[in-house]
Amino acid sequence: MKDIRVMLVDDEVPFVDTMTKRLTKRGLDVVTAFSGAEALEKLDGMKGVDVVVLDVKMPGMDGIETLREIKSRFPLLEVIMLTGHATVETAIEGMKLGAHDYLMKPCDIEELLGKVKEARDKKARHEQKIIEAKAQSIVLRRGD
Amino acid sequence: MSEDKYYRSLTRSIVLIIIVVSCTPLLLIAAIAGYQFQTAYKHKVMDHLAALVERHRENIDSFLREKLADIRVIGSIYSPEQLSDERVLENLLQSLQEHHGGTFVDLGFVNEEGVQVAYAGPFKLRRVNYADAQWFLRAMSNPYTISDVFLGVRGLPHFIVAIRVGGDGASWILRSTIDFVHFNRLVENLRVGKTGHAVIINRDGELQTQSVDKPALLPEKFVELFEGRPEQTISLMPGEGLSAPPGYESFRLERHPDVKIFEDRNPTTHSETIYLATVLKNGDWILVFQQSVHDAFRDLYEARSITVGLIILSACMIGGMAVYLARRTVKRIVQADREKEMMNEQIIEAGKLASVGELAAGIAHEINNPVAIMVEEAGWVEDLLEELRAESTETLEEVRRALTQIKTQGARCKEITHKLLSFARRTDPKVQVVSINELVQEVVGLSEQRARFANIRIRTHLTPELPPIAVSPSEMQQVLLNLINNAIDAMERKGGAIDITTRLEDGFLVVDVADTGEGIPKANLQRIFDPFFTTKPVGKGTGLGLSICYGIVKKMGGDITVNSAVGLGTTFHIHLPVAGGGSLAASEPDR
Repeated sequence: MKDIRVMLVDDEVPFVDTMTKRLTKRGLDVVTAFSGAEALEKLDGMKGVDVVVLDVKMPGMDGIETLREIKSRFPLLEVIMLTGHATVETAIEGMKLGAHDYLMKPCDIEELLGKVKEARDKKARHEQKIIEAKAQSIVLRRGD
Repeated sequence: MSEDKYYRSLTRSIVLIIIVVSCTPLLLIAAIAGYQFQTAYKHKVMDHLAALVERHRENIDSFLREKLADIRVIGSIYSPEQLSDERVLENLLQSLQEHHGGTFVDLGFVNEEGVQVAYAGPFKLRRVNYADAQWFLRAMSNPYTISDVFLGVRGLPHFIVAIRVGGDGASWILRSTIDFVHFNRLVENLRVGKTGHAVIINRDGELQTQSVDKPALLPEKFVELFEGRPEQTISLMPGEGLSAPPGYESFRLERHPDVKIFEDRNPTTHSETIYLATVLKNGDWILVFQQSVHDAFRDLYEARSITVGLIILSACMIGGMAVYLARRTVKRIVQADREKEMMNEQIIEAGKLASVGELAAGIAHEINNPVAIMVEEAGWVEDLLEELRAESTETLEEVRRALTQIKTQGARCKEITHKLLSFARRTDPKVQVVSINELVQEVVGLSEQRARFANIRIRTHLTPELPPIAVSPSEMQQVLLNLINNAIDAMERKGGAIDITTRLEDGFLVVDVADTGEGIPKANLQRIFDPFFTTKPVGKGTGLGLSICYGIVKKMGGDITVNSAVGLGTTFHIHLPVAGGGSLAASEPDR
């Protein structure tokens, strides 16, 4: 469990704080950011983030924009959208852009945990595949 | 109140417009045609009367001329000596009477001194001296004379035709009396209508004829009038030989230039008389025809009263029609206004829903965040408590209970905000062509479990082969679920039955959801579709269910109505438009 590194992005500081405490207590490595820009900045300088939990509605750069940016810069990074009910459609749009799933606020901690794990597994699978593909290409090259 | 006034004034103006528009041409036509007719008719009548008068004048003149001619023939054939012989006179009178009936009454021969030397006739007038008689004086100075009517020696009205006979300086007068009755008949024959009759007067204003009718105007006055000296009471228009009194200017009797026309109004009786006059006997006499205006134009006045009566009748009919039409029109307008008002109410209702929806969405979203934080905080405290397990169990339990409570209430808040949000924005508005019966069955399947617990049976009465409808299935389900849940809530204590019927009515698909619950009091019936209106205890209902249903059904182009009787139950009717060949679904972009 310790090996999952999650980034929480939400403009609601108390929410992020409490979430961080609870997730950390459940054995996750939590990084926080309070805006889309901050999230991108931190992701740039940091390795090993597996999953981003991204609020849809934020001042400045909103969730969808941030998502698009994350996906273009770090295609393997899995994103879970966090949404109020009114922005479910935006969240679904986000999934079309490549988000892993969405969660409605206020969210159940266990549900979030489950989805984070799923996302991490998916990412791991993707990485595995990439490694395999790389290995294969090496093999194939060698066969030239 | 002011509305009543508005409709009344509207009615009034419609009535006025109809009356003015319909009556104006009627009155104009009547006035113009009436005036033309009156002028033409008066002209014709006056023309006719003038012709009549002229003919009579000729008759009388020729009568007089004839008599004079007879006497002149005698005077020229017989010598004064012969005429002095009474036997000759007798013979002459006899033959005159034979040829002229009783016109010639007698014959007399008068010498210069005025003494009647010979006489033949019914009276004993021999040797009568006429020296002072006016006719004699005139006869002596003129070759022939026709006298005025006078009583004379015999005391009876008569007039004399006389000629001067003779030569050698000596003058004899041959005279004959004309039968007055005979002459009078000539004038009496001239009768028109009831009052039209003629008289003859001389220049002194003495009547020359007898008449049954009293002349309306004194003969003396008439002469003055005829001579052109108008009096105050007499309306006379001086003209060249012919005068047209007021009201008669328009017609000139060009064909009868010798006939003068006057009109006189009697100031005491206000009766009007027209006079037509012409001269006789070389201007000695005047033939006057008179008739009351009313009599002369009787037909015209009759036609006029009939016309006026008809106009009044038509005006009454137009008035009645106008009132009837105006009332009917205004009634329609009132109805239309009421309908408009109802539409406005519905629009307001829809607008209310929309604005409340937006507001709700805003609030719900804002509340969601703090609620989320609270719930998370409660969760965190719970997490922390896990670590303090062993210590002071009692306090711990109490804290745990409080936390559970916070979480439960937080969950409730979440439910409310979610409902509010779904009220503002439906999650799945994708329209599809679906079968209403299938939808109903699905929803019933979902609700049956809950119903069974409450001892409620759900019965469906589905009309087979109903046309498909174009709706969002999830929205429709939401509506049906809402209604069924409400029905179950209404019957939870006693149990009962829910009847769901689908049918086709007036081109609409109708879904009836009827329960046997306690019914809705009349006071609440109007408010049940209002957002946040609920009769359920705090914490049980949000008061949004029915307004969501209302909004959804209205958006589909349908309608939702309710019938309820307290103690018997409530029936909701959902009217949905039948799908127009599925074009709606086809045009809906795929999401």
